Amino acid sequence: MIYLDNAATTRILPQVLEAMMPYLNEEYGNPSSFYGLGQRSKKAIELARESVADVICAKKNEIYFTSGGSEADNWAIRGAAYLGGQSGKKHIISSQFEHHAVLHALDFLEKEGYEITLLPITSDGFVDLDQLKDAIREDTCLVTIMYANNEIGTIQPISEIGRICREKNILFHTDAVQAVGSEHIDVNDLKVDMLSISGHKVHAPKGVGALYIRSGVALPNLIFGGAQESKRRAGTENVASIVGFGKAMEILKQNMDKNNEYVLGLRENLIDHILKEIPRTRLNGDRKKRLPGNINISFEGIEGESILLMLGQHDISASTGSACTSGSLDPSHVLLALGLSHETSHGSLRISISELNTLEEIDKVKEVLPGIIKKLRDMSPIWKG
Amino acid sequence: MDYSDKVMDHFYNPRNIGEIENPDGVGEVGNAKCGDIMKMMIKVENGVISDVKFKTFGCGAAIATSSMGTELIKGKTLKEAWKLSNQAVVEALGGLPSVKVHCSVLAEQAIKAAITDYCQKNGLDCQALTADI
Repeated sequence: MIYLDNAATTRILPQVLEAMMPYLNEEYGNPSSFYGLGQRSKKAIELARESVADVICAKKNEIYFTSGGSEADNWAIRGAAYLGGQSGKKHIISSQFEHHAVLHALDFLEKEGYEITLLPITSDGFVDLDQLKDAIREDTCLVTIMYANNEIGTIQPISEIGRICREKNILFHTDAVQAVGSEHIDVNDLKVDMLSISGHKVHAPKGVGALYIRSGVALPNLIFGGAQESKRRAGTENVASIVGFGKAMEILKQNMDKNNEYVLGLRENLIDHILKEIPRTRLNGDRKKRLPGNINISFEGIEGESILLMLGQHDISASTGSACTSGSLDPSHVLLALGLSHETSHGSLRISISELNTLEEIDKVKEVLPGIIKKLRDMSPIWKG
Repeated sequence: MDYSDKVMDHFYNPRNIGEIENPDGVGEVGNAKCGDIMKMMIKVENGVISDVKFKTFGCGAAIATSSMGTELIKGKTLKEAWKLSNQAVVEALGGLPSVKVHCSVLAEQAIKAAITDYCQKNGLDCQALTADI
């Protein structure tokens, strides 16, 4: 199998699995328990906390473990909205191409009487800083803009946004789920107040993530109950997954630069080949300010799910912005936000490379993709060869 | 996507793909907005569909239902072809995931559009031709 959907999820690394195993077996203690078995679990999650903090240059007591990126997003957004509401500020600014965990949380807040401004995206996939500045009001209580987009990989001007928000004393959250794996993040330099991380995007298990909350931000709980996570996020800790997450982040810190260089090489190789060998294609989103492993290309005249099925014959896994695979009738909101037509959005293919992919795998894609596109175009009533 | 083996067969090996030179009837339905466009071309001899070809822009289900649709109407009379329902196409394919059933509706519409076009081109009363006596 050639797995090229790393933006959807990543494989757990062997060392990560190894680190987790004792906590799925003989080390089953509850970290809140008094005795040795519990305390060992507690110690393990505190070490993991340090590893996570280290990657984003945060203090360890600013890292709170969650069940993943979606929970982190919901906690940050609903918490900040609550704080705003307490002081009569009920305006929130975000962008049109956020992940649904952000957009749907905002939808809910809108029903609760909050006003939401969703900034448009430029045609090359960025939030416009001038539009952000114009959108800020006296009653803005939160700005939430993703660090890097999951579909088109474009990397947003986070430190500039952080500066703008800090000047105006507005809480700034960023969903960094896609970016943590490849971008050097210093939460202090960036002036972010909250940042979401997801384990399964960085070779850790699914079901674990973290929210960075800057010291001094009195974000209320999303989940109430026991005293876990300094009383800020209740629930007996997912010890094994947290340990795995910590290990993955430790490995990431060591290997990030090397991985990036390698992955970028594969990506450029593949993009160059596709744009050269297959006519009437377009890369969606800026080529340079982009996650090293992300490729998103629209092929004129054909539909994305069909491309995936054809790739499936060669055991190649990728994804698409086509509606057909999403269960809705609209194609990807990200591609539409870029200004692409429905047709072009439906005809998109997303390939996301990780350091586990090989040149042979990329060569295989280069070999089969042109033929697949040609076959589908020959079958299409709207392709005029 | 949970596609049956038959659907996958019709996707990977679509029947009657292509165009007819000087078709007797052409039906094009769907739109790029929805992500599905089907074009069917028919050749009619003595009230029988002697040849049919299709081209489709769309997902696995769209292509498979078009392909099956053409197989089910080839060699049939116009009246029989008109009667083809989307359920018949779905059944012939061994079922479709519920989110994909709408693609089969498009196949039924494409066939009817092609027959309607044929009737219009030949000054025939489509209603009379395809109604039950």
